[in-house]
Amino acid sequence: MRDTVTAQTGFAPPSAKPLLAAAAVIAALVLLPFVAQAAGSPATVALATRVLIYGIAAASLNLALGYGGLVSFGHAAFFGIGGYTVGILYQHYVADELILGLFTGSNQLLVTLPAAVVVSGLLASVIGALSLRTSGVQFIMITLAFAQMIFYLFASLTAYGAEDGLIVRRRNELFGLDTRNDTVFYFICLGVAAAFFALLSRIVRSRFGLVLVGLRQSERRMAAIGIAPYRYKLAAFVISGIGTGLAGALMANYLRFVSPDMLHWTKSGELMIMVILGGVGTLFGPLLGAAALVILETVLAAWTEHWQIILGPLLLAVVLFTRGGLQALLARLGGKP
Amino acid sequence: MSGISPEPLLSVRGLAKRFGGLIATDGVDLDVMPGELHALIGPNGAGKTTLIAQLFGELRQDAGAIRLDGEEVGHLATPDRVHRGLGRTFQITQLLPDFTVLDNVALAVQARDGHSFRFLADARRDEGLRGRARRHVTASGLANRAETRVADLSHGEQKQLELAVALACEPRLLLLDEPMAGLGHVESGQMVETLRALKGRTTMLLVEHDMDAVFALADRVSVLVYGRIIATGTVEEIRDNPDVRTAYLGEGDA
Repeated sequence: MRDTVTAQTGFAPPSAKPLLAAAAVIAALVLLPFVAQAAGSPATVALATRVLIYGIAAASLNLALGYGGLVSFGHAAFFGIGGYTVGILYQHYVADELILGLFTGSNQLLVTLPAAVVVSGLLASVIGALSLRTSGVQFIMITLAFAQMIFYLFASLTAYGAEDGLIVRRRNELFGLDTRNDTVFYFICLGVAAAFFALLSRIVRSRFGLVLVGLRQSERRMAAIGIAPYRYKLAAFVISGIGTGLAGALMANYLRFVSPDMLHWTKSGELMIMVILGGVGTLFGPLLGAAALVILETVLAAWTEHWQIILGPLLLAVVLFTRGGLQALLARLGGKP
Repeated sequence: MSGISPEPLLSVRGLAKRFGGLIATDGVDLDVMPGELHALIGPNGAGKTTLIAQLFGELRQDAGAIRLDGEEVGHLATPDRVHRGLGRTFQITQLLPDFTVLDNVALAVQARDGHSFRFLADARRDEGLRGRARRHVTASGLANRAETRVADLSHGEQKQLELAVALACEPRLLLLDEPMAGLGHVESGQMVETLRALKGRTTMLLVEHDMDAVFALADRVSVLVYGRIIATGTVEEIRDNPDVRTAYLGEGDA
């Protein structure tokens, strides 16, 4: 009996295939700048940097949206606040003034990134604590409302550029590296992205991750086994906000500019499109989705300014026909059932 | 039964719940003794599921007391009642459809293990959780389906899993809401045997329409009609009670 049980139910050893695929992707990403140089297309590096940054933001949103079923339409708030953290720290660093009379400014990436993490985490705690008292459509609307409040706040905050935003003249410094060099900055983003995805892959497999996915499937069931949903959903929302804020901080460095554009509700929509395009509730789907959207935008915008007319039907086709986004499509092409 | 252990495990007094003009629970008093299998029967619409939902904290009563082992739990949320030893199965199964059988049970084991704010270790490779979960799955007869997604299980298997998940929470009092509903004759018989094997180890409050099952299993029976308990007694007493016969058994359901 015992033997037949294990024969039929025993855990299959983890397949080597995903590991191999991950290694291949990492190798390709490391080689990318050199190939781009050799091919005489240095703009590719900048493009890839944006993909990585949006990939972090979309994967963060996906933790709440895909794994937790928390459809936030306000993640632009965290993306923007991460960016503004960098911009404001830089402005005070240059002016040599204290922020609120308390903190000094900084141009050090090892200061600004953790600061963006803390600030976006605090904002996500507040927005999450209030929004998560609702669910469904109300949750979507209240997260959107909070993001709009932050948008209008910064759009009218003349001390920090109001609608014009803030210019970050030089990218933040890190260990004396030449961060102005796009290839160097690409590798910084690649390092952050690798660490982020490594952490995320552990979170979604952890006890916490399983509870989160369980809550998406049935809160009633989870309550019946003794799990109170609220604090787990709040923790997921905060982690999600932190990752998005981190991406925003990188984006402000990449663009050397931060403006209310980063906080606009269409940014929340873009992140959502990346998640859906790539694969809701999958680890790397959002990175694929970010790549697809950023590359499509770049390629199509070179043809016509009405590029969204082409993007729309493409998005529709992916949603209707891939059953699970690009990630699912790739998996099927790769021979998985 | 009550002579052996004077203190009831579950003691309900004056429980009342109304929905607008409908009185769903009308001053219910109910005692479940430690170790007994107490059946709750009544015609459709008598308020049995509403009563279970109040006991489990999914519905808040308008009035009345619910004491578990002497402690008032009527104001607590469901998860807090679960931590104090209440468990339930659902008539319409409430499982995690995208997870496997083993995942469903392992989550219940995990929930019993304390909080789940653990972010780094792979929960599916936690032998402490998985080993205990596998034992529960094997005991429920679902071992050969352990790695099957719940969405791919038959109705009968989902009913078995409902019970396995509830038992993995190791409740002191298990509320069973029609565990035989929708089962075929053979499956139903198996469920009766499973519950019989549980008798004495777990205290159970069984809501069930299948009278053969109730009379085969119950130590005591309470009859709920229009939100009121009209009789409580042994199987023989209930069978012979004229009020019960008119109110319920007379309807031809027996």
